Amino acid sequence: MPRDITLGQYFPGQTVVHRLDPRVKLVLMIVYISALFVAKGLAGYIIMIAVLTSCLALSRLKLRTALRGLRGIVIIIALTAILNIFLTGETVLLKFWVFTITKEGLIAGAAMAGRLIMLIVGSFLLTYTTSPIALTDGLEKLLGPLKKIRAPIHELALMMSIALRFIPTLMEETNKIISAQKARGADFETGGLLKRAKAIIPIVIPLFISAFRRADELAVAMESRCYHGGEGRTRMKPLKTAGRDYAALACGACVLAAVIVLEALKVWPLI
Amino acid sequence: MTTETNTPLIRTEKLTHTYSAGTPFERVAVCDIDFEAAKGECIGIIGHTGSGKSTFIQHLNGLLKPTSGRVFFDGRELYETKGYAREVRFKVGLVFQYPEYQLFESSLYDDIAFGPKNMGLKEAEIRDRVHEAAGFALLEEELLSKSPFELSGGQKRRAAIAGVIAMRPEVLILDEPTAGLDPRGRDEIIANILSYKEARGATVIMVTHNMEEIARTVERIVLFEDGAVAMDGTPASVFSRSEELEAMGLTAPVAALVARRLRALGVPLDDGVYTIPQLKSALVALMDTSGGLACPEI
Repeated sequence: MPRDITLGQYFPGQTVVHRLDPRVKLVLMIVYISALFVAKGLAGYIIMIAVLTSCLALSRLKLRTALRGLRGIVIIIALTAILNIFLTGETVLLKFWVFTITKEGLIAGAAMAGRLIMLIVGSFLLTYTTSPIALTDGLEKLLGPLKKIRAPIHELALMMSIALRFIPTLMEETNKIISAQKARGADFETGGLLKRAKAIIPIVIPLFISAFRRADELAVAMESRCYHGGEGRTRMKPLKTAGRDYAALACGACVLAAVIVLEALKVWPLI
Repeated sequence: MTTETNTPLIRTEKLTHTYSAGTPFERVAVCDIDFEAAKGECIGIIGHTGSGKSTFIQHLNGLLKPTSGRVFFDGRELYETKGYAREVRFKVGLVFQYPEYQLFESSLYDDIAFGPKNMGLKEAEIRDRVHEAAGFALLEEELLSKSPFELSGGQKRRAAIAGVIAMRPEVLILDEPTAGLDPRGRDEIIANILSYKEARGATVIMVTHNMEEIARTVERIVLFEDGAVAMDGTPASVFSRSEELEAMGLTAPVAALVARRLRALGVPLDDGVYTIPQLKSALVALMDTSGGLACPEI
């Protein structure tokens, strides 16, 4: 049964990467992903690998932790690579039965797998070094201009933070309910699909009731503190950009520009 | 019967439980607990929040597996043979804190019947048990067809306890059964528990923060402190050490505190006074023998 879930996999720390403004980190994330998809030649890949490894080094994350995020999608990566290997290219290297392996296919497969791995590790780096609350704050600020066209940005951000806040609480609640029903002999481990599906009812109903109760209490608590939405609301910890944020943005711009230029000049093309 | 009371029904041996072992969040909740409870005993467990009481009681019916150490029920180790731990779950009924939050069925009858149904009993037997359990919990027959969510707070709590009693456990363990209830609701719950204990000769183990309640109810107190048993004895012996209790952030019942203060003023009161009736009769006895309290300072 689920215990000890580290949500958003945030690892608190004090490194430069941790202390960057979440808005800047989000923008850099977009820049990083764009650059990753622009990069097609060897030069581009080398730059992207260098960027990723230096960010990992700066954040002092263990390589094992960083790679752990790949566990869930290892199959997708493998499948993409294999499809690329078998289905593209002309220069035949090896041929058996219906399979043909080509030089181009091999390179394309490796490049695609590499790109996916970098994409995932890079986005995990963001969630590893930024608390979920900071992320929602950053997102709200970044999407702020959309409020002009009456998009409920503040409300969405609030919903996200409340959801994040309550996941551990409900997790604990679920464990409690499971224990309590087990104490009455409920059995979640044996039986067929139907029996197991039915066994969930004694957990789900009390959990929903408690979630609604908590929602109600929270609403009353917010109203009694005169909460009235985002208009004119100040923050306890306003987001402030520092020198390092501008430096990071500049670096990001340089990397993106460099990758675009290298691609345009077709330096060291892979295929 | 006399031999039975001598062999412990539940016994733990060097019971230790560590949460999240092997991670940075590792925490030892209970450590080396040796505990015994005999048939028919009524035991109160007290201790600070986070002293390991709740973790401890979840081992007694096999909900938690000890990290090290052993748990015995009826002389047999819980994990010795496969399936015994599950069997014990029905014999050691555990009522969690705020048990009314686990009600889920569409009618009170079905909710109380959940445990007996899981035991695989026949329909007629289940009906008997539900009615009997509702009787112990003082829930009227006409309530049984209602939705459990229509009941009052106290009724919900009693209904949840009835759901455990319906399994006819030999040991009934309750975690703060009276938390959050008004005085009348509290009295009702305690009366329900005691009437079940009397009728079935069951062992009762009760975790509570309410010292007055424990003073009136139990015949033995086990005090947890930092995951270990700090005191274990009769209420009289535990409450006579009220200074130590205070040092641990707990307090003795009011009567014990009054008696302590009177002793300090020179009134020759016995150490074992901890309930108001005891205090009253002790004081009355003193007045009778000396024709008024022979204490110059009062």
